[in-house]
Formats: sequence, structure tokens, C-alpha cells
Amino acid sequence: MIDTVSAKQTERAEEIIKTVQFKVLRCDGKGVTKPRVDSFEVPVKKGTTVLDGLHHIKENLDSTLAWRYSCRMGVCGSCGMFINSFPRLACNTQITELESDVIHLKPLPNFDIIKDLVPDLSVLFEKHRLVKPYTLREDLAEVENPTGEFFQSLDEVERYLQFAYCIKCGLCMAACPTVATDRRYLGPQPLAQAYRYNADSRDEGFRARKDVVLSPHGAFRCHFAGACSEACPKGVDPAFGIQLLKRQAFAGALGFLRLKKAAAVAPPVSSAKKLEGIPEAPKKTVQ
Amino acid sequence: MRTRESTFWTWHLLAGLVILVVLGIHMFVMHLSKLLGTDIGKGVLDYYTVMWRSTNVSFAVMYVVLLGAALYHGLYGLRTILFELTLSERAEKIISALIVFAGILLFVVGSYGTIAVYLRGTA
Repeated sequence: MIDTVSAKQTERAEEIIKTVQFKVLRCDGKGVTKPRVDSFEVPVKKGTTVLDGLHHIKENLDSTLAWRYSCRMGVCGSCGMFINSFPRLACNTQITELESDVIHLKPLPNFDIIKDLVPDLSVLFEKHRLVKPYTLREDLAEVENPTGEFFQSLDEVERYLQFAYCIKCGLCMAACPTVATDRRYLGPQPLAQAYRYNADSRDEGFRARKDVVLSPHGAFRCHFAGACSEACPKGVDPAFGIQLLKRQAFAGALGFLRLKKAAAVAPPVSSAKKLEGIPEAPKKTVQ
Repeated sequence: MRTRESTFWTWHLLAGLVILVVLGIHMFVMHLSKLLGTDIGKGVLDYYTVMWRSTNVSFAVMYVVLLGAALYHGLYGLRTILFELTLSERAEKIISALIVFAGILLFVVGSYGTIAVYLRGTA
């Protein structure tokens, strides 16, 4: 009985609901050939994503089509593209939810194009690197030779947690109207990550980041359009992070900002007992 | 804890607040006088009313403050708009210098007018 039901469900999932037209912007990224729009007919089943549609084209219709992908589950952030005039992850976007029989695909705006739907994200990574997106501490001896873990309460985790979900897909940068006009503007992703580390109780890097984050092309150029937060596939709110950075800047300029002292190493838990059956950790292979 | 830009931007916000207050007073005095029943004499643009305001030290100070705040707020905003055009660093420096020059010049001319009228009226 159960087998019959699941077989029916599988059959229904395999059923072709409709056929949609993919209109894909094709270009070589070097300006040698003129950009053009190619149309492809793609069969849609229940749950078919735009990424599935692109695979169908690659396997059956045009093997030269280029796009970037890896995980197929909204984790790696590789398959960002402009789908029906909105930056989305191709793997995260089901064709039926677009409610259109014509799917327009373009590479992410605000980035150079390598080929077809492949944007050059190196600008994003360079800007990301500029804000020092890692924990900076003054106690270098502890950082070099850690003696334990840094203490952090649940409340302290909450202060930055949502910003830690960023997968560096670049959708926020593609959606940002300021990035579109000011190529030197840091943009929502790096700024939100700067706030993520500034807000981390284990970090003391505000001073090290301020010259980049609070520069003429830093946080102050955000118009608070909120397009970045709308586009983020992971529910991060970069626009909010930038406003919190501005608040830090405002307090800093007026001399009200009190920089936190980085969290200390948590004392070892003396009362904890090791559960039975848990094997010993393997020996270090690198000293 | 501050950078040059964070200081400029903070002044921009504070200038906005000052404008809100001073422009509010201006609106009450100049445009809502009939509504509020604060109209003196033959209207706000009557010669004697204008002279009374111009020779009142509070109004003179308010005019200079409004001029300074409006110039700073407006010119910083203009600089921001121009900076968003992806200019070279050199172009940005030239724009900043021109804006500072224009701001100081307009402030000096405007303040001179206000102070000169005040001094002449009270002489």
C-alpha cells in the first residue's frame, strides 16, 4: 500500500507540468562577439529549479552555455544570476514560483562578466578582504598558542549571528544601487561582515577596520535602499548591519563609543565528566 | 575612534538637526505667522518688520547659523553625489577643495550681508 502511494508520488513528481522558455544572455565577456539572447525550451516538473533548467539545456540543447555552480542547495553561493530582473540563486529558485512562462537569465549586474552567466566575483572578494573579516585580538600570545576557548554567551552570539550566515554569493552587491554607480563603494557584503566582526565579543578589531569601513567610500555611502536585504538568499540583513556601523561611527565621532574588551579565555569546566563510549581524539599530525 | 569622513558625516547629521530647528523657526515666523496670530504690523515683508528682524541680535545669529548649517549640509550632500560617480582620487580631491572654497566664500558673503545690515540698522 505504502509502496503504491510513494510510487504514485514519484510518478507525479516526474510529470512534466509545462514547458517554459529560457531567454539567456550570451556573451564572451571579452567584447569580441556581440552579446545576444538565446532561447531554449525547457520542460518543467514539480520542483524544477532554474539550475535544473540550465542543466537540461547543457545536456540536451547547447553544451557551450556557461554558468557557475557547485552545491545545488543554496550553501556555496556560486550560482547567483539575474533571474527575471532580480538577483537570485539558480539552485534556490523553483521555476513555478517565478509565475512566468518566460525566464530571462542574465549574469549578475555590478560585476564584470567572464562568460555567459558567469560573473567575475574577484572584486567582491577583494573588498571583503579589505575589511579584515576575521577575529583580531591584542593578546597575540593567546592567538598564537591558544590555551582554551574564548568565552561567549548566547546573547553575545545573537549580536552577530545573522551576519555570519553570509555565503558570499554577491547577490546583495548585484542588487545595490550605490554599487551600480560607485565602483569604489565597499558595498553591503563587506560592510555587513565588518559589522559582524566588530560586534563579535571575541574581537578587538574596530580600530584596525575603521580606516576602510569609515572611509569616503565606506558605510556612509549607503542610501538604505534595502535592496541588499531583499536579495539575500540566507535572510541576512546587510542594510541593517550598515546602519549599525553608522551608529558606531556616529558614537565614535562624538566620543561616546566604548570599545569592548575582547572576551577572555573561558576557564576549563572542572565538573564536566566525559561520556562513556566517546573515543579519544586522534593525535596531532602537525605540531 | 573617528576617521576624517566619520567626523564630516557626523557634522552633516548635526547640521541637518540644526536646519530642522532653525528652518522651523523661519517657517513659523515667515510663513505661518497669520495662522499662528504672530503677525506684527503690515505683514512679514513690511519694511519695518524686516528692519526689526534684521536689527534683532537673535535673528542675526539665527540667520548666520542657518546659513552655515545649510551650506555645510548641502555642500557635503553635493560632494557625496559627485563621489558616487566613480571618480579618480585626484578628481575627488579637486572637488573637495572646490566645495570647501565655495562654502567658505558663500558663508563669508552671506554673513557679511547679515552682519552689515544688523550693524547699519543698530547704528
